[in-house]
Amino acid sequence: MIDLPPYPPLDPSNYYLIVVGTGVSESVSAAAASSSGSSVLHLDPNPFYGSHFASLSLPDLTSFLHSNSVSPHPPPPSSPPILPSNSHELISVDLVHRSLYSSVEISSFDSEILEEHSRRFNVDLCGPRVVFCADESINLMLKSGANNYVEFKSIDASFVGDSSGELRNVPDSRAAIFKSKSLTLLEKNLLMKFFKLVQSQLAESDDTTTTTVKISEEDMESPFVDFLAKMRLPPNIKSIILYAIAMLDYDQDNMETCRHLLKTKEGIDRLALYIKSMGRFSNALGALIYPIYGQGELPQAFCRRAAVKGCIYVLRMPITALLLDKETGDYKGVRLASGQEIFSQKLILDPCINVGLESLSSLTDQQNETLRVLVPKAMINKEKIARGICVIRGSVKSDISNALIVYPPKSLFPEQLTAIRVLQLGSGVAVCPADMHVLYFSILCENDDQGIKALLSAMSNLIRLPVPESDSSVENDTCEAKPLLLWRALYVQELVKGEFGGTISSMPSADGSLNYKETVESAVKLYEQIMGSEELFKEEETSLENTTEENEGGVEIEEN
Amino acid sequence: MHGRKRNAASKPEEDAASAAEALELRLLQSQFMSNHHQKIYTKEAIQLSAKLQEINPEAYTAWNYRKLAVEYNLDSADPSLVNSILDKELEVVENALKRNLKSYGAWYHRKWVLSKGQCSSLDKELQLLNKYQKLDDEIKKNLVLRNFHLWNYRRFVVELTKTSEQDELQHTTDMINDNFSNYSAWHNRSVLLSSLVAKKADGFMPKETIRREFDYVHNAIFTEEDDQSGWFYYLWLLDQTVKMETPLRASPWPSDGSNIILSGPGCFNGSSSKFTTYCSESGSFPLILYFDQAVSGVSSSTVTIDSELKSNEDLVWEPVPEKNSQVSCVWVARLKFDRTEPVKVKVSLGKSRGIVSSTGCNLITPYEFVFTVHIDDTVGESQEGIISWTDGFDSWDAQSSKDLNSLITLDQLEVDTGFEWRKQAIKIEIEQFRKLPDSKFGKLNLAKLLMAEETMISDDDAVKGVHYKEILQLYNDLMALDSWHDQYYKDEHSVALLRKVTSSTESLTRHLFRNRNMNSIVCLRLNNLTLSRIAALEKLLFVQMLDLSHNELHSAEGLEAMQLLCCLNLSHNRIKSFSALHSLRHLKQLRVLDVSHNHIGCKHPVDTTRYLCSSSFSNSGETGRKVPSKYRDTYLVLRDLMKLKQFDIRGNDLIAGEEFSSFVRQVVPTLVWLDGNKLAS
Repeated sequence: MIDLPPYPPLDPSNYYLIVVGTGVSESVSAAAASSSGSSVLHLDPNPFYGSHFASLSLPDLTSFLHSNSVSPHPPPPSSPPILPSNSHELISVDLVHRSLYSSVEISSFDSEILEEHSRRFNVDLCGPRVVFCADESINLMLKSGANNYVEFKSIDASFVGDSSGELRNVPDSRAAIFKSKSLTLLEKNLLMKFFKLVQSQLAESDDTTTTTVKISEEDMESPFVDFLAKMRLPPNIKSIILYAIAMLDYDQDNMETCRHLLKTKEGIDRLALYIKSMGRFSNALGALIYPIYGQGELPQAFCRRAAVKGCIYVLRMPITALLLDKETGDYKGVRLASGQEIFSQKLILDPCINVGLESLSSLTDQQNETLRVLVPKAMINKEKIARGICVIRGSVKSDISNALIVYPPKSLFPEQLTAIRVLQLGSGVAVCPADMHVLYFSILCENDDQGIKALLSAMSNLIRLPVPESDSSVENDTCEAKPLLLWRALYVQELVKGEFGGTISSMPSADGSLNYKETVESAVKLYEQIMGSEELFKEEETSLENTTEENEGGVEIEEN
Repeated sequence: MHGRKRNAASKPEEDAASAAEALELRLLQSQFMSNHHQKIYTKEAIQLSAKLQEINPEAYTAWNYRKLAVEYNLDSADPSLVNSILDKELEVVENALKRNLKSYGAWYHRKWVLSKGQCSSLDKELQLLNKYQKLDDEIKKNLVLRNFHLWNYRRFVVELTKTSEQDELQHTTDMINDNFSNYSAWHNRSVLLSSLVAKKADGFMPKETIRREFDYVHNAIFTEEDDQSGWFYYLWLLDQTVKMETPLRASPWPSDGSNIILSGPGCFNGSSSKFTTYCSESGSFPLILYFDQAVSGVSSSTVTIDSELKSNEDLVWEPVPEKNSQVSCVWVARLKFDRTEPVKVKVSLGKSRGIVSSTGCNLITPYEFVFTVHIDDTVGESQEGIISWTDGFDSWDAQSSKDLNSLITLDQLEVDTGFEWRKQAIKIEIEQFRKLPDSKFGKLNLAKLLMAEETMISDDDAVKGVHYKEILQLYNDLMALDSWHDQYYKDEHSVALLRKVTSSTESLTRHLFRNRNMNSIVCLRLNNLTLSRIAALEKLLFVQMLDLSHNELHSAEGLEAMQLLCCLNLSHNRIKSFSALHSLRHLKQLRVLDVSHNHIGCKHPVDTTRYLCSSSFSNSGETGRKVPSKYRDTYLVLRDLMKLKQFDIRGNDLIAGEEFSSFVRQVVPTLVWLDGNKLAS
């Protein structure tokens, strides 16, 4: 790395809030705080915006994953963890970096071509991820005005896959049911009736005057999978609804392995989100949209919004220590890598920032209490997410560029406990060169091996691995139709929950879901706790000029 | 207008703005009119009219002015400039359409411009249309999808560009895949397919096409069973499936192979008790042809009679109900007989062309029937007693059924080549719709399909008639399910019921009786069956005494086909006026008529049935008699019933006082019994 010139000292050195890390949750908080008039300093140790939600070029992604993965050798112990601060009333507690990623394996099969196009990739760290049009994140963007900085495109289609390699369209709308070739007429009838039932249920919850409820209370509390069976929906439709529309992870038919058995009520809510998403923006094709130039655009949009409202941004600036009051143990500020000490009343931190266990022993109880949320906890019920990224030549489905594919539990192999989701994105959303596609894979798993194994199985279902010249003739007939793999990354990410701790709060890591619903909801909740239940982005006057210029297939999100 | 949002009430400042706009428009308009009158076609003047049109596309004079201007400029222009002038016009139209997509003037102008021969940009026209039809705005979309201007213009451009019908068919497929509630797209599809099938285009043979389309439209029907667009298309397809290559069927009286007995005057008291007796008083008997569609061209040249009977070469065929009308389902000729020994009569039709249905179908297959006429010249005394509908009926004896067979069994269908696959297609459809048991449309369709299959089964097939029970049940369910269309289902139920009754000799005999008082005349009793409509007439041409009492009939429509009818009971029905009985005036043989206990004379604000019958005013000129206007309808029905002896009109809303009875006696001099009382002669 090139040595960067030393930073000039920051001025002022006193803020209401310091936010470290530019992930979605952190950026939402920074934007919300600065728009409410608070002074905010937003820092990121990386040279780019987005932290774990960033979109990066292939080399940057590679180096980020490697530097953030669990390394076999722990870093050499640095200077003593607790030092007196420059000021005598304060003590400083050193921070340690926690690695979220493990089992990182990156392989390139055609480095020459990738080298040539290396800067034309915008690859997501937290993929596969899309935005539902009726998602809370969209509401927040509209409310904050962040929508001015990002543009979306529709996901063209979604499919359900199985071990045969066949991809079947997800019949998620009236027109899709009509067109579907994989459903029988009777199945079309039952499915449409079910959708109508859900819609009438939604209409009624909006309208409080009517008291007639279509779905009984008892049914609402029963498992969703039982309710679907009660509606006479055959297994293949049940599986489409559960995994490709409600986007569930765990096998709802297997009580032993299912960690989260969905109630009908929640199921209806999930379908409601999907159905509302379908009709929200008239120029979106379906329920799902994706930001042009990658997911990294989303946190960046919030950051730009925050900057407009006076938030100060410093990238490539890690913090090395926290400053606590010697007497009371209260949080006072942070020490930057540049050595400067900055003070604030509140602090929001990226999930990677922890306090070293060894430093805790010498602290007082009050000091410990202040740092509570930064203490790494032994994970009970450890749940991880295995992610995979593939760059391919061609597309997994001809004529379709941006597509979502879901493999329901057990669809690929009998031991598959959770659903695998795959998102293919093309040059239309400016994430790769024209003739290529980027594929994202994810699956929830208990351990790395299990997750990686499932990812590889899904990959081989869709993609052809490059083979040495001599063997190619043999392979040609069987997998000719499958696109060729050029580059692949496999990694397993830990799922860390956010925690509110009074003055210091820790944000959650990228979660295992397909959208931002939970990420944003938890960020909002946390923000309200930190700031004292103040509403986010109260009455932003966003300029709502209708941009009439034609953008090819772009989805302009605007408030109607 | 559908799909458009109502504007909120205007605010004062908006009012002011719109007043200013109006002023501007008025100014523009007056400037334009002066240009128009002075025939100024300068660039500035034309621009002014374009501006006017952008604000108000409905200004038709402005469009005409532009046409004149274009012609003026085209005459003087360099040939190289022709395209640019016409392009400018297209642009103006496009701007006007932005204001109002349903502007007649704008669309017409566009057609006019294209007809000026600017073929280079025709491809652009289709692109423009596709753009309109893919508008992203939901409200505009609704406006466009079913916008007939757009569809008409599309057909116009398609014709000009010679776009293949296959391509247009694909376009309808795309539109339907996008939103299958697009009735216009389905309709256009039916038009295109009809044309492709008629042309016998490659891949569009009827059998494959209909199967393919059935499979396609099933998707719409099963996905959303309440959506009407798909159902309309489905009904069209069903119609195409059932439609025979020889669509015309004729049923005659006397029927093929029958023996009829003609007896002289006063036959009611005569000795003959044969079932096929016809009482003839004028030395002639009727020959009746009943077609399943209204036809024209029945004459002595299209129908030939081969018999020993003399003076029947130039038979006059008359259409019932209207003498003046050229089309009718029922045609009658009177055959004279002058012999005492049995005579064989052979009637052939279809040998020479000329019988054409109102829908344009020719009777192509030749068709003939033979019957024998016997004469029974025992002269009896004429019957003078009152005819009762309540007693004197003997049940049917099995021996007579043989004769009956020849009367109700119709000729076998000419099995055309497509018959088997059509039958098969209906069978598959029935299977499909049995899977949609809870849907209103599903039930209705199933009933229609079963009925279609029933008509396709030939009469001697053992399974004939098996579906009627199910059909009747379906219509009963529908009446309960959808009370809005109760009357329609009731009518269909009646049709099915009558078809069931006439489907076999066995079922018909249950309704046949002999009337002791009427010289054992055969009486068909269809009372207490909740009938609201009369059907299956082609099998009932032989009936002379008919009891339709205690039903729900609103009109006697259709009965005019039963030319032999002499006794008719319509009591206890729902007939509201004499105009609803209009068809009875064609039943010249009618002697006994009972219309008691109906609602005749009820002060109904609009007599809806009157519009269905031919106007009574057209006949008023020929009346030599002074008729009180309140009895005009009565007069029009009764005056033609020259043989009526017994008439019962008790229990109606009409007050049958002394005035009315004397009027009736005046109109019908032959009357002996009125409302059960013998009239003093």
